[in-house]
Amino acid sequence: MSYPATVLDAVTTTRGFLLVLSIIVPVAGVLLAFVVGGRHIERLAFATILFGLAIAAAILVALQQSDGPLVYLLGAWAPPLGVALRADGLSAVMMMVAAVVISAVGVFAGADFRPAAAESRAPFAFWILLLGIWAALNIVFLGGDLFTLYVALELVTFAAVPLVSLDGRAETLQAALRYLLFALTGSVLYLLGTTLFYGLYGTLDIVLLSHRVRAQPATLVAAALMTTGLLAKTALFPLYLWLPPAHAGAPAAASAILSGLVVKGSFFILVRLWFQVMPGLPGFAATQLLAALGGAAIVFGSVVALRQERLKLVIAYSTLAQIGYLFLMFPLALSASGQLESGGALAGGLLQAVSHATAKAAMFLAAGSIYAVLGQDRIAGLGGVWRALPIAVLAFALGGVALMGIQPSGAYLAKELLLQAAAEKGQWWWAVVLQAGGIFTAAYVLLVLAHVLAPAKAPIASDRPALRIQETAALALALCSLLLGLLPWEAYLPIAQGIPSYRLGPEAVSKTLSKVLLPILGGTVVATLLGRWGPPPAHITSWKPPLAVVDPIRRIGLALGDLIERSDGFLRQWPVAGVTLLVLVLLFGGCNADGLVMRMQARPASGRHQLFA
Amino acid sequence: MTVATILEMVLGAVVLGLGAWTIAARETFAATVGYVAYGLLVPLIWVRLDAVDVALTEAAIGGGLGGVLLLGAAARLRASEPAAAAETPGKIVRLGAAGASVMVAAALSAAVLLLPDPAPTLAPAAIANASATGLANPVTNVLMAFRAMDTMLEKVVLLLAIVGVWSLASDQAWGGRPGPRHQADPHGVFAFLARLLPPVGIVVGIYMFWTGADHPGGAFQGGSMLAAMWLLVIMAGLTDTPPASGRWLRLVLIAGPGVFLAVGLGGVCFGLAFLAYPPTNAKPLILGIEVAMVLTIAVTLGLLVAGAPERSPQR
Repeated sequence: MSYPATVLDAVTTTRGFLLVLSIIVPVAGVLLAFVVGGRHIERLAFATILFGLAIAAAILVALQQSDGPLVYLLGAWAPPLGVALRADGLSAVMMMVAAVVISAVGVFAGADFRPAAAESRAPFAFWILLLGIWAALNIVFLGGDLFTLYVALELVTFAAVPLVSLDGRAETLQAALRYLLFALTGSVLYLLGTTLFYGLYGTLDIVLLSHRVRAQPATLVAAALMTTGLLAKTALFPLYLWLPPAHAGAPAAASAILSGLVVKGSFFILVRLWFQVMPGLPGFAATQLLAALGGAAIVFGSVVALRQERLKLVIAYSTLAQIGYLFLMFPLALSASGQLESGGALAGGLLQAVSHATAKAAMFLAAGSIYAVLGQDRIAGLGGVWRALPIAVLAFALGGVALMGIQPSGAYLAKELLLQAAAEKGQWWWAVVLQAGGIFTAAYVLLVLAHVLAPAKAPIASDRPALRIQETAALALALCSLLLGLLPWEAYLPIAQGIPSYRLGPEAVSKTLSKVLLPILGGTVVATLLGRWGPPPAHITSWKPPLAVVDPIRRIGLALGDLIERSDGFLRQWPVAGVTLLVLVLLFGGCNADGLVMRMQARPASGRHQLFA
Repeated sequence: MTVATILEMVLGAVVLGLGAWTIAARETFAATVGYVAYGLLVPLIWVRLDAVDVALTEAAIGGGLGGVLLLGAAARLRASEPAAAAETPGKIVRLGAAGASVMVAAALSAAVLLLPDPAPTLAPAAIANASATGLANPVTNVLMAFRAMDTMLEKVVLLLAIVGVWSLASDQAWGGRPGPRHQADPHGVFAFLARLLPPVGIVVGIYMFWTGADHPGGAFQGGSMLAAMWLLVIMAGLTDTPPASGRWLRLVLIAGPGVFLAVGLGGVCFGLAFLAYPPTNAKPLILGIEVAMVLTIAVTLGLLVAGAPERSPQR
């Protein structure tokens, strides 16, 4: 299978119709569900989900048998006049992940959003929006045209925002409005850039653009606008003001979809934009800036996560940190000649997205099960919960382990690929950030687990018994994420040397052990220093000497945490976030312009009409 | 300098002034009025640029329905105005925002000025392929044939917007009639207008849609005209919004994307491609889709302005 799709493909391939099906099946589900409504809406949604799952699997199979991307020309009109749908390895993988996560969330939500005898509000809205998000994401993964991708972004936003306020409380409405306004600002920036691209090159088709894009000043402005718009929708630090409140009050199923899939949609378009539309444009400074924001997100999100009192907000801030992880691949994919290469770094970044989608959805679902039984999710009150909800706690723990990057999880493989790329490119500082990311992840997962596994302070007063099916859905997703590293990714992602194998032997064992121990030990230290802990139990006097040693260091850690938490509140204000957004547009424009000037100097004669494709 | 140029310069200056006024106005209501006036003048610029299709849509959405929505929101927000004013950011933040905005605007203007001239365009290709559909308006051809998928999906966006607005209802009011029951003096000017205008407006709306096949106009413009007439009658208290649970209402709301999808699949069945029309029947098929879309757009826009279900269907 050739990679990536940069050849002109003006014909529909055999089995290209699968791509159309993957979009129109959920769309038809939305339309039918809207008319049928009432009691049958859940069954209709399940039927659609099963059908869609089968289509995603069929696309994976068809792609493996085909010797290039699957293509479908809509209305038989070839680009640039018409619109093409294209499925390469990246699309197929993301579509399968979306299908799996949506199926698991659907199973989980079956218990929460079961319509009663008459039609009721929340189930009606939930099932329609779930199918709407699915249709939109499939268009994001398949769309071969920047404007079609814009329509897909709008679909994602309009389906995701009402999920936030499904609860109907005033604060959730406020959170939804915040999300809507910020996401629409992102859309406007993206659309502005798209318009400029059309004005420059007379096409919006990704493959055609990849041949026509040159480093011109207007292109740089377009790229800066689109990049910033997409970052605002992806909630990359510091453009995340909508993310924590959106998760605070959303139903667990909605949070799993938002955090697992929705932010990946805009991320995926950003990858298409940078790696396929304009791989020669961004240059060193822009990729470093993007990854620096990612690195800041990891530190910032993790530290704030360690200081949260509610389990759900720990997971929400963990999402903020993990989104940062996705952006570390950009500088590592930059070749010596200044081209973004579709190689191991890209594969690592995509794998990280896949792992996070499954693991984070599992963790949100597990937290939702816990909340449903306890009626609250304060971390300090989670003691003994593992007796009542063993499967949910296991799902949370396994999801956390998978995220830390411990073998054989997908995140482990992603980390290996990114570390390898960092070593090849000589950018050791990103290797440090990558390792730190694993340690921070371990820290907040261990912090939660320490509270969960502690003995109960009071017997758990349960509102309702745990639903095994909900816990199982969470566990299935967590296992998925944990075993992702064993799948044959070479068939779909650009992994050149093949996957680091699991050979047995004394050396391999010690290596593996160090890879497991580093995040866990480091995480324990970080959690001890930065986490919120209650006062130690008075009857354990033997803790006192070690605590006396740790105490001064912990005070510094807490002061640092205080500072970061306060800047979190600062950054989440509207005026600040708005100004930051504009400043980022300018920064990305400036970085791109910097690269442009450097290229002009390198080749003064042909600089003006230099072709990068 | 011709009279037309002077008029264009005055128009441009007024639009820019209204834009500045909208940003600078401290009161929500004043800013809204400025924005509505802006939305009504921008279409004139589009007309001067020979983009009549865009002008019609902008007038209907930006000036008309958007204006109704914003004025309604401003009226509701009046009580909380002092509280919102207290949250105004400090001078440094405002200066920073202004500085960043000016720089982004400057970069954007530079980019627009640097665009190649003559602009690379698909317009000749769109006109050359018009024979495939039998419609003479290239904009309609782009919307209904070359980029039919985008148009169909935009209708799904509208449907999701309805779901989003309805999801704001209280659980008790679910399935009820959207918005408040409007009262107006049955012998007053408003009720008089609401009786006088719709017959004309409906004919104009249908004409705008019908003529869209060969001239500027189309389903969206016609649909928003019909929506405006419907809203006028509702706001004058002459009729009520339909209950959200109604089966017929729901069918109308999905008719546009539904028929589009069905015709698209028909293209596959006849051995062409998804969303391809057989050349001999392209025009009637496209008009059929547009009839469904006009209905859907009119009802959707009307219901989006009306708001979430508030009253149980019985009352």
